[in-house]
Amino acid sequence: MSVTVRIPTPLRRLTNDQDKTTVDGDTLGEVVEAINVQFPGIKDRICDESGDLRNFVNVYINGEDVRFLNGLDTVTNPDDEISIVPAVAGGYGN
Amino acid sequence: MWRYDAFLPVRKEDALDMGTGLTPLLKADNLGKLFGLDNLWIKNDSVNPTFSFKDRPVSVTTSKALEFEFGVLACPSTGNLMGAVAAHGAKAGMRTLVFYPSDLEKGKIIGAAIYGPTLIAVDGTYDQANRLASELADNYRWAVVNINMRAFYAEGSKSLGYEVAEQLGWRAPDHCVVPAASGELHTKIWKGLQEMGNVGLIEAPKTEMHLTQAEGNAPIVQAFENDWKAVKPVKPNTIAKSLAIGDPASGMFALEVLRETGGTAVACLEEEVVEGIKLLAETEGIFTETAGGVVISGLRRLAESGKIKRDELTVAFITGNGLKTQEVVEDLIDPVETSPDYDDFEKAMNERGYQDLANPELKVP
Repeated sequence: MSVTVRIPTPLRRLTNDQDKTTVDGDTLGEVVEAINVQFPGIKDRICDESGDLRNFVNVYINGEDVRFLNGLDTVTNPDDEISIVPAVAGGYGN
Repeated sequence: MWRYDAFLPVRKEDALDMGTGLTPLLKADNLGKLFGLDNLWIKNDSVNPTFSFKDRPVSVTTSKALEFEFGVLACPSTGNLMGAVAAHGAKAGMRTLVFYPSDLEKGKIIGAAIYGPTLIAVDGTYDQANRLASELADNYRWAVVNINMRAFYAEGSKSLGYEVAEQLGWRAPDHCVVPAASGELHTKIWKGLQEMGNVGLIEAPKTEMHLTQAEGNAPIVQAFENDWKAVKPVKPNTIAKSLAIGDPASGMFALEVLRETGGTAVACLEEEVVEGIKLLAETEGIFTETAGGVVISGLRRLAESGKIKRDELTVAFITGNGLKTQEVVEDLIDPVETSPDYDDFEKAMNERGYQDLANPELKVP
């Protein structure tokens, strides 16, 4: 099932500057794998070594933070809009 | 605050200075007596140009945004930030655009609207307004002060740490009690104190950095109490709207500072928010908004639990002004009603039991 994914600026160098893409996947995890097939390397920017979503990457499905849903196991439906948004914190420690 | 420009990413001569900072640090003996604290101080940052500490980060950011030739200054806000952005933008001659949750207190909306920004009332929480602004910041050439300008923005809050150290006679307090929304302020006061130590203006600080939230939105306290490394977001449901960030951007760093300094994160009950506001007003004559109520009630808990001891030098940070959140204390409007007639006045006073006001003795606290 095909969903739309918004790509934030810092990841657009991996997507040939595309700010949106459409992929198939029945869960968020499958969607991430599918984007990674389209744009190799992007999964590493979204997920950490253990495969979980990175702390400073927020993902929303139709505006809802997936941490309030089932994270990468969240079921996706056709026409869902997924947003990847980097969380910005301010220069602590440097 | 620009006396400290050597520690900020903008030089004094380039700064957009509206007179922010060097706010009073007041010995709070009346409140201290109630809490069993002999060395309690209030940093009253509610008397900045737009009546909150947010003038500090925004002063730095606006200066930087001008340097980068942005035409628009913007922010998602829980209320205080948008007043600061709108005012600084007005002074700088920039267009301003502020996003806020539509259920915000009227005083904060008017406190921004007066400076002429474009108001965007988002039907949702702050976190949702923040997400929207983050997505927009990707595609519009706007200086969104707490998103794409955040590295500069955050530095401005360090000046609170510098000032407290200077006002105490070049020393760090034993305890700081700081309200937490994104968690940024807590980390930056600590950074400010550390920098004063690094350059030798004070001894290396051993301050315990405490933070306070209200129970209806306490994701950082929850992570601290459960010893989590990261903060799990929550959906805010609190009257302390200025602190109602369920997904705190700097929560993880605040947790690091709590652990590094031996500080405690403490939540007060929702009903204690207004109690704290009233207590500070009645004892020290300072009218703070809901975030300040959270600080005072959190401070009380820290004192009662023995985390803060009687003789230890403690600074509580009051970051916003009570005139912006008048709704929460509206029940105070209960006047004695009288005609302008002498006898009517005495009758009305007696009916309300104010006979003792006739000739009371002065009781110095």
